[in-house]
Amino acid sequence: MTTTVTERQDSAGAPPGTGSRKLTERVFRIRESGIIVVFVVFVAVTTAVKPSFLDEQNIQFLLINTTVFALLALGETIVVVSRNVDLSIGSVLGLSAYVSASMFGSHHVGVPVAFAVGLGIGLACGVANGLMVAIGRVPSLVVTLATLYIVRGVDILIVGGNQVNAQTLPDAFTQIPRATVLGVPYLAIAIAVVIGIGAYYLRSFRSGRELYAIGSNPEAARLAAIPVGRRVFTAFAVSGAIAGLAGVLWAAQYQTIDSSAGTGYELTVISAVVVGGVAIFGGSGSAVGAAVGALLLSSINSALNVLGISPLWLEAISGFLLLLAITLDRVISLRLQAALRRRSSGVGT
Amino acid sequence: MTAGASDRETPSADGSQPRPGASAPPPAAPAPSPGASAPARSPGASAPAPSPAGPSASPGTPALAHPVLALRHAAKSFGAVRAVIDGTIDLYAGEAHALLGENGAGKSTIVKILAGVHQPDSGEVLIDGAPVTLPGPAAAQDAGIAVIYQEPTLFPDLSVAENIFMGRQPLAAGRRIDRRRMLADSAALFRRLGVRLDPGRICRGLSIADQQIVEIAKALSLDARVIVMDEPTAALSAVEVDRLFEVVRALREGRAAVLFISHRLEEVFEICQRVTVMRDGRHVLSSELAGLTADDLVRAMVGRQMAERTAGERSTPGELVLRVEHLTREGVFTDVSLDVRAGEIVALAGLVGSGRSEVARAVFGIDRYDAGRVLLRGRELRRASPAAAMASGIGFVPEDRRQQGLVMDMSVQQNVALASLARLRKGGLIRTAAERAFTTDWAVRLNLKYGRLSDPVFQLSGGNQQKVVLAKWLGRQPALLIVDEPTRGIDIATKAEVHRLLVRLAGDGVAILMISSELPEVLHVGDRILVMREGRLTAEFGHEEATEEKIMAAATGQPQERAS
Amino acid sequence: MAPDRPDRPDLTENAANAENVANAASGRDRLGPAARASLRWESGLGLLVIAIVIFGAMSSPRFLTTGNFFNTAVTAGEIAIMALPMTLIIISGEIDLSVASILGMSSALLGFLWARHWPMLAIFVVVALAGILAGLINGLLVTRVGLPSLAVTIGTLALYRGVALILLGPNTVSDFPSGYIGIGINPLPGTQIPWNLAIFVVLAVIFGIVLHFTATGRSIYAMGASQEAALFAGIRVKRVKTTLYAVSGLVCALAGVLWTFRLATAVQNNGLGQELAVVAVVLLGGVSIFGGKGTLAGVVLAVIAFAGLQNALLLTNFNQEATGIVIGALLLVSVFAPNLAALRRGRLPRWIRRRTHPGGAGGHPAPAVDQT
Repeated sequence: MTTTVTERQDSAGAPPGTGSRKLTERVFRIRESGIIVVFVVFVAVTTAVKPSFLDEQNIQFLLINTTVFALLALGETIVVVSRNVDLSIGSVLGLSAYVSASMFGSHHVGVPVAFAVGLGIGLACGVANGLMVAIGRVPSLVVTLATLYIVRGVDILIVGGNQVNAQTLPDAFTQIPRATVLGVPYLAIAIAVVIGIGAYYLRSFRSGRELYAIGSNPEAARLAAIPVGRRVFTAFAVSGAIAGLAGVLWAAQYQTIDSSAGTGYELTVISAVVVGGVAIFGGSGSAVGAAVGALLLSSINSALNVLGISPLWLEAISGFLLLLAITLDRVISLRLQAALRRRSSGVGT
Repeated sequence: MTAGASDRETPSADGSQPRPGASAPPPAAPAPSPGASAPARSPGASAPAPSPAGPSASPGTPALAHPVLALRHAAKSFGAVRAVIDGTIDLYAGEAHALLGENGAGKSTIVKILAGVHQPDSGEVLIDGAPVTLPGPAAAQDAGIAVIYQEPTLFPDLSVAENIFMGRQPLAAGRRIDRRRMLADSAALFRRLGVRLDPGRICRGLSIADQQIVEIAKALSLDARVIVMDEPTAALSAVEVDRLFEVVRALREGRAAVLFISHRLEEVFEICQRVTVMRDGRHVLSSELAGLTADDLVRAMVGRQMAERTAGERSTPGELVLRVEHLTREGVFTDVSLDVRAGEIVALAGLVGSGRSEVARAVFGIDRYDAGRVLLRGRELRRASPAAAMASGIGFVPEDRRQQGLVMDMSVQQNVALASLARLRKGGLIRTAAERAFTTDWAVRLNLKYGRLSDPVFQLSGGNQQKVVLAKWLGRQPALLIVDEPTRGIDIATKAEVHRLLVRLAGDGVAILMISSELPEVLHVGDRILVMREGRLTAEFGHEEATEEKIMAAATGQPQERAS
Repeated sequence: MAPDRPDRPDLTENAANAENVANAASGRDRLGPAARASLRWESGLGLLVIAIVIFGAMSSPRFLTTGNFFNTAVTAGEIAIMALPMTLIIISGEIDLSVASILGMSSALLGFLWARHWPMLAIFVVVALAGILAGLINGLLVTRVGLPSLAVTIGTLALYRGVALILLGPNTVSDFPSGYIGIGINPLPGTQIPWNLAIFVVLAVIFGIVLHFTATGRSIYAMGASQEAALFAGIRVKRVKTTLYAVSGLVCALAGVLWTFRLATAVQNNGLGQELAVVAVVLLGGVSIFGGKGTLAGVVLAVIAFAGLQNALLLTNFNQEATGIVIGALLLVSVFAPNLAALRRGRLPRWIRRRTHPGGAGGHPAPAVDQT
């Protein structure tokens, strides 16, 4: 730690901090609301060019497409703020989607049972991840990389060459993403509420704040007697459960499920989360921002469609956006630190 | 450890020592509570006979039955290393107790045992006279023990208030965090400590001194009865140290016990009432400070008379090696110009934060600068390129040994060779035999003590680690050697070795720029002494005319009272 | 963390020193704990390879034939090749998740230009340059802008795959001259060795020499173990890392060309998802995700194990895509084994002593304080 760089000569006398606090708070608010601003601007511009972007059907389509990603973004945020990463969510989603949906055909279960099954599968995977990371103290990148493979492999074995078709799914199930109130899908509202609850929890409850603490300085967290193992375990368990739930919703939405469901989702979700302002190394960021990030990436897809631009550009644009977001974050952070230093040092010039 | 203070200012009989620039001694503490020892400044009415345990009671007050926290005959080993063999210490409410000892004497381990991080292999921990086990930091916290480590362990992304109350945030209805109360409670803590700090700001960017204050506030919020401070003043400016001492007094008045670990004896005499000295894992002295001198303490720490401290003969400086012209980096240092000649040791003194290390790093190319230039042997040096600096003959021993000076996981041999790989190769490939010979050669020359060349350097003691860093740079035969805090965190014997080495190097014609916060070291080793304050050079002294007072005056910008 | 050892008193100085000199001279301390740990890992891998070979031989009579060996080497070739620069990148403390996308982009570029009747040699040059450029972008974002490599390469993974998509769209290009397509079918003239394998061997030797015997290699270990200390020792961290990324880009472009010719098809999803397999193979080879530790020999053994396993499972008609389970399991073993061993020996896992720079792609280390 280069102590001298951040040192001040006379911190006792001057009324410190208040100016700095306003500055940092202003910056944080810009960052967190920045993504919302970007999103609004983006929607505005696209609608100006093509008003049909905001027509009812399109909005519904957009919202439905986003729900799965936004939900996954919530789970990933919980993990990422603690300086971990969950790469297995795509595979867990795929497994959960297939198994829960196939229950309709094979066992003629009711919709709640399917949800329970999907949730249970996700929870089991999450618990496995959590145990390995928390107890084994193995880096989460490696553990979830491994479970990504293992769960996908299990999925492939179970699916074999089959797939679940829409005909086997009951209407009660497939209507879930489609039911609307005043033109807005129920599901979108429900997911928004869930995300709101998740974000609120992270912000205003002790165990949520402890996750941020763990991500901000893991060693200090241990010294502060924070139950790091328990918190991290819970984060992964929740992330897994959310991925399981997302799997069931995915099945209800797309209705044709084979062994490739959810492939590659993890990296898109991580992109969304980072674009939404969550630091890749933890300690800061909000679930709301992450959800807006997911929303933004989804809308770009939709916008490309509406604007008649080949959807082939989507991937490149997403990648570019992510790079832009983290570059901007870094530049802003450097400027902020320099400003804080100048403000507090009173040295030279 | 500034044992050299004894050369300059013999402490008066009661052990007090005027501190340059310090405010007038505080009024005598309110009527001594039972068991509390009288502050060192006002000689207590009690006889100062040192006793192995417990303060001598002031007449008329009964001695407190039990120390708040005590460690009795603790032993702790890590594998083959016996860190503590017989650790005993008693802490009473309301006192500031110094824990002294060389590096490796076992102080850190004692602290960690008290903090619950380690459990002693034998011996016991007593709280209010009753034995307890502290299986982890949480237990120690619950027992009212708080430790302020040398490196504050805060959460940079979270606010000050959250840092203080993490895990114990005040709750509103439904177990939600009550932010407003958290902020208010934090502000109240800061008022109790007599400091001003905004609880709502995030911790990233806080100075070390402020981070310490946050840690102390955290301890207070835990109703800590024992607050352990591990080298708290190492990175503080004089003003910040004074503020810290006021805080310590406030804590004592609140009946907390403060365990103060430091290498700076003058601070110990100023702020503490009792002292325990550790040596080689055992406690060798526990007594009131009244009646002890710095020499007594040093003798207890070292176990022998201080070795004669002649550093060697001075040589006449030769040609100009380093010239720095009007070096400026906005917000950090301004218009710094200095010369260093071959064979001379230029000491750069000043308070922490005055910009000395930044200047050195800018010269070496680690940091950039905005204006000015650096010339080595007459040729202008490309800025911001350590490789260019090395190529032109500069070596740089950085301030932070563990993060900057060494690759801790690599072996002794690999570290020593790290800056000389180009020289040790043939046809592009490293010659291991040459590397080994190179390392062995320097190990012998520097009297390095290690197990095997292939041992990772984190296993070495602090003094030997520093020797590895020195070997790394000396192996390049630099024309200019920059050393930043060359003996920080090193035991006395190795310290003397390093000083002798520097003087010998100068005698061989190397130009040396030494940054040091230890005035005795500066005066002892430096041929010329430059002083920086707030980014500018404010004074220059020759070897004969320099005194600690003059240097401190230039460093703080305040005229000093003449000490006794 | 072990505390500083107290220095021994003066009297034994000379004796200790003499002993040290003697030890050094006799080479008795040649092998440090790091080297010995690597040897243990490689021995374990060696045993694994043997076990796989036995398993394969028992499962199918075709396993131990030259023809099968040939096929195995061909199929695993591109991943093997990409694992080489990835090893150096991870040891240096970073990661590159864009490797498969650079492969895909190169494949798409190859098809795109070929469909426009460019001469093949010119195409090779362009593809190589594109790969280097892609790598440079990664390197510059990580070193100059100071972004974490995990986030950057997730972004470029999408970006370069996107470029591949834009270039080729849903189309494929398949009419490559038979001479080139033969790379996947024919061995090196006069031998039974497939081109892939020959290229891999040459590259492995080069990378191995660089990593283990040159100053650059030593500096890669240093910067992975402690980036700050490496900077303070005058090591040009930024230059080395940027170069590593550029080299990785070039090698992945080569892998893209090989992949295209092997499949005789250029299509945008060539190599999709393979980046994680490459990382898995490198980690299995004993390279620490945090940087500063690992050997190329270990990665070579891991490549052999991986290829052999994939092939053995293929021959037993095990669902090819489910081999992921085995890879995943192996990966878990590769990270748990050292931790378990360390715990048994009473030492804390080394990651607890972790330090500053955000080079650790394991999602762990980041500076707790400002780094300006």
